[in-house]
Amino acid sequence: MARAVSTRRKVAVSIIAWAIGLIIFFPILWTFLTSFKTEGTAIAVPPKFLFFDWTLENYFTVQERSDYFRHFSNSIISAVGSTIVGLIIAVPAAWAMAFSPTKRTKDVLMWMLSTKMLPAVGVLVPIYLLFRDFRLLDTHIGLIIVLTMINLPIIVWMLFTYFKEIPNDILEAARMDGAGLREEILYVLTPMAVPGIASTLLLNIILAWNEAFWTLNLTTTAAAPLTAFIASYSSPEGLFWAKLSAASTLAIAPILIMGWFSQKQLVRGLTFGAVK
Amino acid sequence: MRLRSLVFGSVSLVAMAATAQAQSLTIATVNNGDMIRMQGLSDAFTEETGIELEWVTLEENVLRQRVTTDIATQGGQYDVMTIGAYETPIWAGQGWLAPLDDMGADYDTADLLPAVRDALSVDGTLYAAPFYGESAMIMYRTDLFEQAGLEMPAEPTWDFIADAARQITDKDNELYGICLRGKAGWGENMAFITALANSMGAAWFNMDWEPQFEAGIWGDALQFYVDLMNDAGPPGASSNGFNENLALFQQGKCGMWIDATVAASFVSNPEESQVADSVGYALFPTNGEYDNHGNWLWVWSLAIPSSSDNVDAAKQFLNWATSKSYIEMVAEEEGWANVPPGTRTSLYENPTYLEAAPFADETLAAMNAATPEQPSVQETPYTGGQFVAIPEFQGIGTAVGQAFSAALAGQTTVEQALQTAQQVTRMEMERSGYYQ
Repeated sequence: MARAVSTRRKVAVSIIAWAIGLIIFFPILWTFLTSFKTEGTAIAVPPKFLFFDWTLENYFTVQERSDYFRHFSNSIISAVGSTIVGLIIAVPAAWAMAFSPTKRTKDVLMWMLSTKMLPAVGVLVPIYLLFRDFRLLDTHIGLIIVLTMINLPIIVWMLFTYFKEIPNDILEAARMDGAGLREEILYVLTPMAVPGIASTLLLNIILAWNEAFWTLNLTTTAAAPLTAFIASYSSPEGLFWAKLSAASTLAIAPILIMGWFSQKQLVRGLTFGAVK
Repeated sequence: MRLRSLVFGSVSLVAMAATAQAQSLTIATVNNGDMIRMQGLSDAFTEETGIELEWVTLEENVLRQRVTTDIATQGGQYDVMTIGAYETPIWAGQGWLAPLDDMGADYDTADLLPAVRDALSVDGTLYAAPFYGESAMIMYRTDLFEQAGLEMPAEPTWDFIADAARQITDKDNELYGICLRGKAGWGENMAFITALANSMGAAWFNMDWEPQFEAGIWGDALQFYVDLMNDAGPPGASSNGFNENLALFQQGKCGMWIDATVAASFVSNPEESQVADSVGYALFPTNGEYDNHGNWLWVWSLAIPSSSDNVDAAKQFLNWATSKSYIEMVAEEEGWANVPPGTRTSLYENPTYLEAAPFADETLAAMNAATPEQPSVQETPYTGGQFVAIPEFQGIGTAVGQAFSAALAGQTTVEQALQTAQQVTRMEMERSGYYQ
């Protein structure tokens, strides 16, 4: 009897989980479907779900009108570049704060996070002026700097919570066994920290990939990533949903595929500290 | 010797590369059909002049923010910017735009429609080259009018429009007498409502810059709009903008649609529109008392920021893109119905165009009826039309648009919306130092 209830419960929970999953995924699915419609079908009322004349026309138009691969490579450079630079700065910072905390460590962490609370547009003009004077507008380096800066607080926080989980006793044991600082870091800490660093890296790539305020405002052509590619398909006068959907699908596809293959790491990264 | 020629050769190559690089223009534009067409045809310009073009196409609001930031900080990222009739006088007044007083003899500035030229000039000097222009007019279903025994007058009044809309409406069959903008935004619902209010004799500000929302006429205008939309408009109208109404009209769900004249080329295109063969056009309504057709005038134009290093090359491009010969080139490649409308008098004297574009006469009449220097019958301290040409208007217009959209959605009353509009506008104007 108890077993029957538990099976029924499992089924119910599964159905609810699937339903929630579908609701969350639906906008992406709808974008994907719309990208295969004509502009007329895209706005048809009532909406057509699966039974319409599928066409690849929008993908051809998008490819013809803009250089997808240039935007794509710009996205890769800025997202991966900013993640690497971010990790180089954040790993030692989080390490120090996790293993040698001081009275002010919590305040420092909070202060770092507080920079995320400022509306980005509030500092647009000062940053634009700095970029102009340092000739960083529309450059990969400029984009990497700004993306590193905006994601740094999150990387430091994530790594900090992760490093905090590594028990100090293990390090002490290693030291008692005669390990020096080098061995301690290389053979004891690093293997234990790799999953944390990996999930931070993945999340940061996604955040940098999706960042659409600074990437749009600080680039024009040479360094414009996929966000600029998407933004070029919305029209104030004229129908554009199908082409915009095709552009969006192309822009999110790489990150979606990456997310699919690394979902285990990602979930771990995203739910970090949630059960504490 | 050989080494020296090698060095000399390399230096020359570098110099040539540098020159070639200088001959490249970065152009910021929006994703509207006419601009995309221009982008497609621009290879001809590069072939002719050797000047390479880099295109940055952005969503309208993103573009506005992007180019405003760049021009205000003299960032110099763009050589040509697509701007509207709203920005041109403000930016030119700030000295941000290069004057276009020497466009060459064959450009024929005198051929530009007077309203368009005025909207893009400051103290008689042109600061932006008009690419395509639009006013607003009524697009209506001739078949539905016939069925209902109605005839559209040459100069309709709001009373006629309201009666006709209510008569045509058949909500059970998803047929709505009138579709109007309701989505909040200074360039969305406020464009229409401001034009409506203008035609009824209202103004945004009196000569002391005091907002006039509580002065009576605005109340009449807004009440008229809300009542009409409740009786004869589509459901969820408070989230409809240009594109949503375009879709509704093309699917045959609207009896009338009053919006930008550029819509005419979409609704009359049989490839897109189910009602293409039964669309009629008429002037923007008046209240019967004043000869004011709302004063809606918008011109998508190309301007050169004074911070650009390539002003001369940019002028060459402007000359090419907004010339008579460009119009002829589009006609040759894509047909007369696809040429950018609303900028040149000569286009409306061309019999081939008039035949290909059944909406041409009404478009020209609507453009000529607009007097941006005198938006309302009242004396105003500002110029404009469906907008007020002051830098604060983007913010104020959107806040007021939200209040009016809420009134249309039934979340607030018309009185509350007007009160909010008055307070928000007064506060913003005070903060900007208009009252000493």
